[in-house]
Amino acid sequence: MSLLHIENLNVSYGAIRAVKGISFDVEEGEIVTLIGANGAGKTTTLNTIAGLLKPTPYSQITFNDKSLIGIPAHTIVSKGIALCPEGRRVFTGMSVQDNLDMGAFTRDDAEAAETIEKVFESFPRLKERRNQSAGTLSGGEQQMLAMGRALMSKPKLLMLDEPSMGLAPILVQEIFEIIKRLHSQGTTILLVEQNAQMALSVADRAYVLETGKISMSGPARELLEDDRVKKAYLGG
Amino acid sequence: MEILTNLINGMSLGSVYAIIALGYTMVYGIAKMLNFAHGDVIMVGAYICFCAISYLGLPAIAAVLLAVVGCTVLGIVVERLAYKPLRDAPSLNVLITAIGVSYFLQNAALIIMGSDPKSFSSIISLPALRLFDGKLVISATTVLTIVACVVVMVALTFFTTKTKMGKAMRACSEDRGAATLMGINVNSTISMVFAIGSGLAAIAGVLLCSAYPTLMPTTGSMPGIKAFTAAVLGGIGSIPGAALGGVLLGIIEIFARAYIGTQIADAVVFAVLIVMLLIRPAGLLGKDIHEKV
Repeated sequence: MSLLHIENLNVSYGAIRAVKGISFDVEEGEIVTLIGANGAGKTTTLNTIAGLLKPTPYSQITFNDKSLIGIPAHTIVSKGIALCPEGRRVFTGMSVQDNLDMGAFTRDDAEAAETIEKVFESFPRLKERRNQSAGTLSGGEQQMLAMGRALMSKPKLLMLDEPSMGLAPILVQEIFEIIKRLHSQGTTILLVEQNAQMALSVADRAYVLETGKISMSGPARELLEDDRVKKAYLGG
Repeated sequence: MEILTNLINGMSLGSVYAIIALGYTMVYGIAKMLNFAHGDVIMVGAYICFCAISYLGLPAIAAVLLAVVGCTVLGIVVERLAYKPLRDAPSLNVLITAIGVSYFLQNAALIIMGSDPKSFSSIISLPALRLFDGKLVISATTVLTIVACVVVMVALTFFTTKTKMGKAMRACSEDRGAATLMGINVNSTISMVFAIGSGLAAIAGVLLCSAYPTLMPTTGSMPGIKAFTAAVLGGIGSIPGAALGGVLLGIIEIFARAYIGTQIADAVVFAVLIVMLLIRPAGLLGKDIHEKV
């Protein structure tokens, strides 16, 4: 059984159907990426898995063999799923340390203290700035904080929504290096990206989302070579 | 000496406003709503304390505790019944509901306690403080009110900056969605804030009626509105702002009463609000809203 199994997922905003019956799987230890244009339903999918949005009836989300449908949103993180949301959404009025503490809200303090050392290993810059207010960090640092905060819950599945958005190319490189490192340490990752080139180069498998439906799927390396993907998402 | 007396009385009245304003500001910070029924919780607290002493014969401390517990429960119940169903409704709907709750509480008190003013005997039976050979007399109520305000202020600051629940509260006030992703139960956090705010309102009610001993169903409305003014003056959403705004407003009111005229004192208080909104809408300690993209 896959770690995460999505079947016939439908999500609507009022009368607008944003996600139209998609199905996909994420196996333990994989990086799976959802790529697609703006408005394809990528963020909606992640937000629904995280519990922030409710899917329409008959949608199935199964994690670790347990259904996530209908359980309160704030209990999802303790099941082992963490979402690093689009636009980072760090708590700008709180210190870096407090942001990370919030990431471990559902865990006890002793366990969290262990995890924070690991997070500081992955993101040394956060350690330097631990007492600084998160609002004063640069965009790249805020992204690192958002990722570190998500890792504080010690998730089995880390969902990253547009981690490279709005960052300078050099920082995009750095963020993807970190994603590779987290993966090599055994973290399962579900990655949503508009930067299809980068996403496909780090992922094991990929799904292409087009206006709420999966139009293509397969090993990331194959999609990287696929003419239709090249044309639509890789600039030629 | 007269100025000093007025200053101290102003600080005392201001401390009551500050305690009420803290409730206003915390609820606004988390629930993003102006709870206009907050002032009436003060009145309920004062009535509970009054009844506990006059009818049940409880000692003062027990009566105050009963008032705090009663108002805390009231705050939670009101939030659950009146505001929670409107969580995703436009803010105007919530505002109107809050005004409705305010009228409901006032009229419920009118039915239960009657319209005749009750004379609230001060629960504080300590001797007054006499300084400068008796030239400056400060009543024990005044001293206790100021002390209570400082204690509440320090406790709340500690709670919101040092404890896990307090930090979670701030996280909810910044971004409910992100807070939910952390595993924070936003609904129970909002409930907790209403509990804290209403418990504080009970303390404010007892202190207010100890200083101004007439208790009526409308007793809470004027102090409630002034505390709201204080919260805006200090910067709504800011805890130190509420305390500063409350104390300043109390001093302004007492000085206006002493040197301008009793009738016009309230007008002066609200004029301060208008001037503040014109000059610095974010309030004295309010943050200018800017986001880094």
